[in-house]
Amino acid sequence: MKAEQISIFLENKAGRLSEVTGILAEAGVNIRALSLADTTDFGVLRLIVDDNPKAEEAIKKAGFTVRITHVVAVEVDDRPGGLHYILDTLTQADINVEYMYAFVQQSGDKAIMIFRFDQLDQAISVLEKNNIAVISGSKLYTM
Amino acid sequence: MIFNIEYETMPREALESIQLRRLQNILSRVYATVPFYRQAFNDAGVLPGDVKSLDDLRRLPFTMKQDLRDNYPFGMFAVPMENVVRIHASSGTTGKPTVVGYTARDIDTWAELMARSLASGGASRGDIIHNAYGYGLFTGGLGAHYGAEKLGASVIPVSGGNTKRQVIIMKDFGPTILTCTPSYALHLAEAAEEEGVSFRDLKFKSGIFGAEPWSEDMRHEIENKLGLTAIDVYGLSEIIGPGVSIECHEAQKGLHIFEDHFIPEIIDPGSGEVLPYGETGELVITSLTKEAFPVIRYRTRDITSLNPEPCICGRTHVRMNKVSGRTDDMLIIRGVNVFPSQIESVLMQIEGVEPHYQLIVDREENLDRLTVVVEVNKEVFSDEVKGLQQFAKNIEKEIKDYLGISAKVKLAEPKSIERSQGKAARVVDNRKL
Repeated sequence: MKAEQISIFLENKAGRLSEVTGILAEAGVNIRALSLADTTDFGVLRLIVDDNPKAEEAIKKAGFTVRITHVVAVEVDDRPGGLHYILDTLTQADINVEYMYAFVQQSGDKAIMIFRFDQLDQAISVLEKNNIAVISGSKLYTM
Repeated sequence: MIFNIEYETMPREALESIQLRRLQNILSRVYATVPFYRQAFNDAGVLPGDVKSLDDLRRLPFTMKQDLRDNYPFGMFAVPMENVVRIHASSGTTGKPTVVGYTARDIDTWAELMARSLASGGASRGDIIHNAYGYGLFTGGLGAHYGAEKLGASVIPVSGGNTKRQVIIMKDFGPTILTCTPSYALHLAEAAEEEGVSFRDLKFKSGIFGAEPWSEDMRHEIENKLGLTAIDVYGLSEIIGPGVSIECHEAQKGLHIFEDHFIPEIIDPGSGEVLPYGETGELVITSLTKEAFPVIRYRTRDITSLNPEPCICGRTHVRMNKVSGRTDDMLIIRGVNVFPSQIESVLMQIEGVEPHYQLIVDREENLDRLTVVVEVNKEVFSDEVKGLQQFAKNIEKEIKDYLGISAKVKLAEPKSIERSQGKAARVVDNRKL
């Protein structure tokens, strides 16, 4: 039930981000969701795309440091307390969220959040046990 | 293998008597033919005839790089131009280039010294030498080339640059010896990897690397990545080019200086006082046999020490340790002397750090600040910011622990630090001193 995410190391320099988006545009890769973690010197760009192998190859070829990481896409009720319920469930199971960000598309009437956990498999089983829907990678990329 | 058994293994006493005779000859010659030396010896009150022993050498004045510049281009030549058959020049990164000349006999001497060097590094007749030192005004390319031919090896004069083509040649021609700068050797390994060629599958057995200082850790990195024995060769155009000294394949511990052609001294770069064997200071060299461009007590600005202990290879020539820095590269960071090679040594001990780095020195509010730029490769890249910050912090801590200076580590994208085709430009000093 894991989804793949592409992470790219970027120096904090003007135009670096647009270089990556340009490479993906040229390769015909569609970005489904993205988050940028940044410090004063560098940033880590994380992307969910519709074609991982194609995106990875194009970015690697352009000389960037790329890594595939596993994340979990979770359906969140689109109402007050929807996200809190999920985080609370995880906290009680002693699972840490490394980072999270929102997916652009909705799944029916639900929002989608992308999570990175320290214990990925355990997180998935906790979520499923509590009837929180996890979206598979293959479904996510084509949403 | 020893190329010239007679001279390279000569007993010290015989060697020193040859040195003295050659020294006396060259001093008389430069006094008679080079106005600069006549003036300098007169000013010091020492005439060539006053030099009765090798110890008297220290009474003579030093020759500095600036003296060569002041006599640009041909003022230091000791023979008429019609006897000069070759001219080389060193890159003039600061000021004018230094111009050196060779007679036909000098070219032959140089070829002999490079043949000795290649042999000492494991080459012999029948080897194919991939010579990726730059051909041109720089002495590296032609120096190694003539030595290879003198030795009787097959030389591929590939020169520097066009790295993709070099990879094809290395794959198809099957060279067994690589000659280039150590940073270019690593660059070649990277380029080969990109082309899907593993250096370890090639036929190389030795690499003879020089023209820039490199640490013992960089040697291990090169030997691991390239699957060959890495040998350090030393030289500078002002003395003759590559082939002043060479490590032996047997010990790989110190570079034998060809003492039948050069006299080395180690001095305190501040006071100019000659230091005993074993002490670290600036290397000073006197050429004994050069015709067109002899130098007397030339200050190389390279930092090393001399080791007179007998070597297992059988050579009797004194060894200099690997050059650990240059008197003019030395950075003074908040009063602490730091050589780039020391920082390199720390970096190479940290898992995942590439041998490419850059040092940037700034002065902010009257305080020196050292920034070490390190590339992030896929091995160390963590998707999490805190992982990367930890990696940077770890390097900062190691530098602090080993060298006692605070540095800031800046992470950079792979290949963003310029790969040098010649000497690596690793230090950017932005201070207005």
